[in-house]
Amino acid sequence: MFTEAIEAILVDHCTPAAIRAIENGGSATALWGALAESGFLELMASEDAGGAGLDLDAVFPIFVAMGRHAVPVPAAQRIAARALLGDVAPPPGLLTLAGHAQRAADGSVSAAHVAFGAIADHVLANLDGQRVLLDAARAQRTTSGIRGSLGASLRWTADAVGAPVGDNGAQVAVFSAALHAAALAGAMERLFAMTLGYCNDRVQFGKAIGKFQSIQHQLSVMAEHVACAGVAAELAFKAGEKIPPLLAAATAKARTSASVPLVASTAHALHGAIGVTEEFDLQLYSRRLHEWRMADGSETYWNRIVGEALLGSATPSVLQFTMEEIL
Amino acid sequence: MSQLLEAFRLAQLPDAAEAFRAEVRDFLATNLAPAAPAVRARTWMGFDAAFSRRLAQRGWVGITLPAAYGGAGLDAFRRFVLVEEMLAAGAPVAAHWIADRQSGPLINKFGTEAQKDFYLPRICRGEAFFCIGMSEPNAGSDLASVRTRATRVDGGWRLTGRKIWTTNAQRSHYMIALVRTSGAPEDRHGGLSQLIVDLSLPGIQVRPIVDLTGDAHFSEVTFDDVFLQDDALIGDEGSGWMQVNAELAFERSGPERLYSSVVLLDTWMQSLRRTGFTPADAVLLGGFTTQLATLRSLSIAVTTKLARGESPVVEAALVKDIGTEFEQAIPAAIEAAVAADPARGAEVDADLHRTIAYLSQISPTFSLRGGTREILRGMIARGLGLR
Ligand SMILES: Cc1cc2nc3c(=O)[nH]c(=O)nc-3n(C[C@H](O)[C@H](O)[C@H](O)COP(=O)(O)OP(=O)(O)OC[C@H]3O[C@@H](n4cnc5c(N)ncnc54)[C@H](O)[C@@H]3O)c2cc1C
Repeated sequence: MFTEAIEAILVDHCTPAAIRAIENGGSATALWGALAESGFLELMASEDAGGAGLDLDAVFPIFVAMGRHAVPVPAAQRIAARALLGDVAPPPGLLTLAGHAQRAADGSVSAAHVAFGAIADHVLANLDGQRVLLDAARAQRTTSGIRGSLGASLRWTADAVGAPVGDNGAQVAVFSAALHAAALAGAMERLFAMTLGYCNDRVQFGKAIGKFQSIQHQLSVMAEHVACAGVAAELAFKAGEKIPPLLAAATAKARTSASVPLVASTAHALHGAIGVTEEFDLQLYSRRLHEWRMADGSETYWNRIVGEALLGSATPSVLQFTMEEIL
Repeated sequence: MSQLLEAFRLAQLPDAAEAFRAEVRDFLATNLAPAAPAVRARTWMGFDAAFSRRLAQRGWVGITLPAAYGGAGLDAFRRFVLVEEMLAAGAPVAAHWIADRQSGPLINKFGTEAQKDFYLPRICRGEAFFCIGMSEPNAGSDLASVRTRATRVDGGWRLTGRKIWTTNAQRSHYMIALVRTSGAPEDRHGGLSQLIVDLSLPGIQVRPIVDLTGDAHFSEVTFDDVFLQDDALIGDEGSGWMQVNAELAFERSGPERLYSSVVLLDTWMQSLRRTGFTPADAVLLGGFTTQLATLRSLSIAVTTKLARGESPVVEAALVKDIGTEFEQAIPAAIEAAVAADPARGAEVDADLHRTIAYLSQISPTFSLRGGTREILRGMIARGLGLR
């Protein structure tokens, strides 16, 4: 029910043209306002706090939709912040997450490669294991210089860093990774649908290219990796939970990220030259796959966390560990 | 998105199946003799009739067959759990495997009352072992071109031809053979039928074929004018192609296609705990773990469809293809990791080495048995509407 309603908003307000405009420095107010007014940003807030009190499994399809529509504002982050902050109401405006902020000897704080760091008003950061709300307007922002990216690295002087709003900052990193896993799954769905459609339409040598066996096999393998990404992302969004458990989120982020190289490259290979043009919408999704694979740590980072947890445990088998700690 | 991908939503094993897991582990703890990992890694090639009979006594051969025929009448989820636990432990399942997974369900679905009465209780008691006679020297991927022929004669059939790569033919009592009962190979699917062949009949020769690891699990079987009774026909004459495809859906679904290398994965993990590990080892091991969690979830999604009585042929093909890739990646990567530093060779125990060697040599078969990669990808493409 919520998913259909949010899809409708996204179809209206998050068009490819709107995405391009925001990526090119245009205002995000209209899109953000539409999402905020509908109440969707409060889905995970308790009913007492005016929210819908939804658990992770209920919001999962919405997080996926954010990826499917390449939403160019930190809406998923804001929904997650509501769960992370509990009773503390998040400030109005665009709020994003930074899972790995660092404090320097002089008390200044930096956060590298923050998703939506270029346009966010506030950042909920994990700093020394605590949750800290930071005013992005007071940060020195360094954009990545990557075309179309809304990410940035942020740095605050010591006097701009307030008191923590809670402990368990690690949850910020975990939730941020999980929502990027869901976004990856959504964007891959979209890329797959576009590529399948294109292969049925594009004619070369007198027939649709989808009739060639080698193309069919590439699409079959792409489907396998998209299916893996979809089911892996879902693992992080457990029913009855508000915060993704560490190892399930690690699995989700690792496995979705691992699908990226094959899914992105197959989508582009099968689209031929048109796929890499600015004008064609494929790049709106494929660029994000690469960005989201790296966001909050690639599969290398999260697989290591799982591997070390496994090696540090006493479980006799990988399967048993998988069943008890991840699934 | 395509309908095919929409089929893969996260599903859980029901509580009853999870409760069943404890029973299976108990059984394995008392009935499975300890064995070296290179032996356990053979699991679904491992033939141990005594083990299979103990499993049968426990009621777990023909696990999904109706109780009226001696089966356990359990659902696809419990079969998933049983198979998963046995393969993860490296139990030798080959003796009863094919009868439990394919031949029993096939007879139950297409057989006459008399055939069911005769074969199914024997299967469930672990007394009748089956093999699958599909492939021939000139009919592998192109299964519709089989030439082995059964000709109608008074009171039965005369069977002549040759099957190959028949797993366990040398140790089985019966083969269910796909043969031509009318027409010519050019007629493709038309004129194919399935026959139950008693392998003790005169005119049958079974020659085991030794593989590169020194094992002999598959065979060549020749039929020289073998007389079969009327009731050898299973299902309808001319329906062989349809029946075989229904059977292959059983073969390709379930957890079978994920666990072939998992004994090695565990053995390597335990070795790393003893000897220490590098960050790269942890990344690799963690990567296989996250991949296993994902593939297992896909496999449970397919099992959920089976349990609903659907025939998820294309979904099973998808899981099999990527599942065998996982099974093959494990020995390849562990081979590289274990020999990443020649100076550490002394710490690697011989058991681990033998397990790596066995699996890296045999792993090419993982993507051949049950249909090759190219054939499965063609099926997936069809499921995507491309063909
Ligand atoms: C361990 C093991 C156990 C087996 N057990 C049994 C058993 O019990 N019963 C049984 O009946 N069979 C069994 N088989 C046989 C198995 O099903 C066949 O090996 C398989 O179907 C491939 O046939 P083939 O070996 O003749 O190879 P081929 O069909 O000759 O294929 C050779 C290569 O060509 C490719 N190829 C073929 N056709 C096409 C095409 N149209 N497009 C693209 N590529 C193509 C294949 O994918 C493969 O890579 C077993 C095989 C193995 C390895």
